Amino acid sequence: MQIEDIEKLAELAKIELTDCEKQDLLRELDSILGYVKQVESVDVSDVELEYKNRNVWREDKIKNREFSREEIIEQFPDAQDGFVKVKKIL
Amino acid sequence: MIDIKDLTIEKASEMLKKGEVTSVDLTVACLKNIEARNKELNVFLEVFGDVLEQAKKADEIIKSGEAKKLTGIPIAIKDNILIIGRKVSAGSKMLENYVASYDAFVIKKLKEAGAVLIGRTNMDEFAMGSSTENSAYGPVKNPIDLTRVPGGSSGGSAAAVASGMCFGALGSDTGGSIRQPASFCGIVGMKPSYDVVSRSGVMAMASSLDQIGPFAKTSEDAKTIFDCIVGKDEMDSTSVVIEGRTFSTSIIGVPREWLKEGVDKEILENFEKSLEKLEKAGYKIKDISLPYSKYALAAYYILMPAEVSTNLSRLDGVRYGLRKEGENVFDTYKKSRSAGFGAETRRRIILGTYVLSHGYYDAYYNKAWKVRHAIEKEFENIFKEVNFVATPTTPTPAFKFGEKSDPLQMYLSDIFTVLANIAGTPTISVPSGFSSAGLPTGIQFTGPLFADESLFAIEKDLRENK
Repeated sequence: MQIEDIEKLAELAKIELTDCEKQDLLRELDSILGYVKQVESVDVSDVELEYKNRNVWREDKIKNREFSREEIIEQFPDAQDGFVKVKKIL
Repeated sequence: MIDIKDLTIEKASEMLKKGEVTSVDLTVACLKNIEARNKELNVFLEVFGDVLEQAKKADEIIKSGEAKKLTGIPIAIKDNILIIGRKVSAGSKMLENYVASYDAFVIKKLKEAGAVLIGRTNMDEFAMGSSTENSAYGPVKNPIDLTRVPGGSSGGSAAAVASGMCFGALGSDTGGSIRQPASFCGIVGMKPSYDVVSRSGVMAMASSLDQIGPFAKTSEDAKTIFDCIVGKDEMDSTSVVIEGRTFSTSIIGVPREWLKEGVDKEILENFEKSLEKLEKAGYKIKDISLPYSKYALAAYYILMPAEVSTNLSRLDGVRYGLRKEGENVFDTYKKSRSAGFGAETRRRIILGTYVLSHGYYDAYYNKAWKVRHAIEKEFENIFKEVNFVATPTTPTPAFKFGEKSDPLQMYLSDIFTVLANIAGTPTISVPSGFSSAGLPTGIQFTGPLFADESLFAIEKDLRENK
């Protein structure tokens, strides 16, 4: 892994890093990946990849939930007329 | 003033029913201990202002004869579990002023039982860490030795119980975050089977691994809290019911191949002594081999950061949490996330982004899932031969602050605990004794999926066979 790879990942993850943090992360990731790489050597050729958790659907009926609309609205960092206000995307 | 340091929920509950003590008495006793030690230990991020009112209400319920086992009992809540109308920060600057808009399922259950919710406990940011050193609000100190960590990530909950600031506590366990601090603080901590306690209202860290569970002084007390919070919840689509299943409890398997190196000598001695006591109590001890399971930690440190990087993408400064204004929308995301997240959180997000990225997905993420399936199978098979698997909870007793500044060294301290999260099995950590320096040591027992109830008797057998 190179510094450019760290920069690319930080860009994807939307995180800003200082040069010093990039250097630290490069070193730490190398050491962590060196350890977790051992899964490569495990023979799991007879194991099927399956995800056991499935979505559990409910009837499409309106149900009242206990929650506070006021608390949700109060959390908005920027709001107008009870709606969350976002920055222009285009 | 009543001394509550060694008072169990079981005993306190009896005393409350007999009218020998009130919930207000118990709560005031907890508050005194908080006042005396919270400053040095940094356990509570907030003690709720209405605890005495909660206690008075509980006393009325008790008087009316409607009391349940937890009515009037002060319980502490890890700072990543939502209580409507109260702040909940997950130990992060990102959510410093965030207020919950609903109750977690487990909180609803505790409220229905009339428990007194005493405050929210300090933790590693977003439950990522093994020492609480990653909390944005400073680390918790181990009440037994102030130079040492209480364990993490639920270190605040463990220290609160160990120092008599509450009678029991809730934590969350993604890779050992209940059991490791329980072991470091000399108390009981339990991670239920995946699916049996609703995750609705606990902040998601790694959703296929997260579980809420209890801390208490004894396993009877841990069972009381577990029995209160367990149950099906339609708000958690993975939630299942475990009632009506029975399990044998006579044979304990020990994977001795894991104990050959890297485990502290005194931890091992106490582990073996505990097994001897259990043998005297009638359990059979059997050597077992779990060849795939030694890869659990490697698989964990691929799957967990992958899920973390996805789950924490919701924190972008738009709908809630910290916002730092930037020039455009992406700049605002970046500035907010960089200001809000601490070093370990960023590290895991970047690591997760890497293992999920194009070109590495198969080699890391998919391979780790396959290893996870192999481990699940291995556990299913081993539980045809034995009823429990026992290991030390941690390879060492509580370590000193700053001792594990290298991230990989910190991760390696989870070697025994992550297995239960990878396999989804119920696991309890109970005290196994003390080191010569007076530090608590722990032993953990894992049962088959949904054998949660069968884990609670072991600690009592251990305690009563000295």
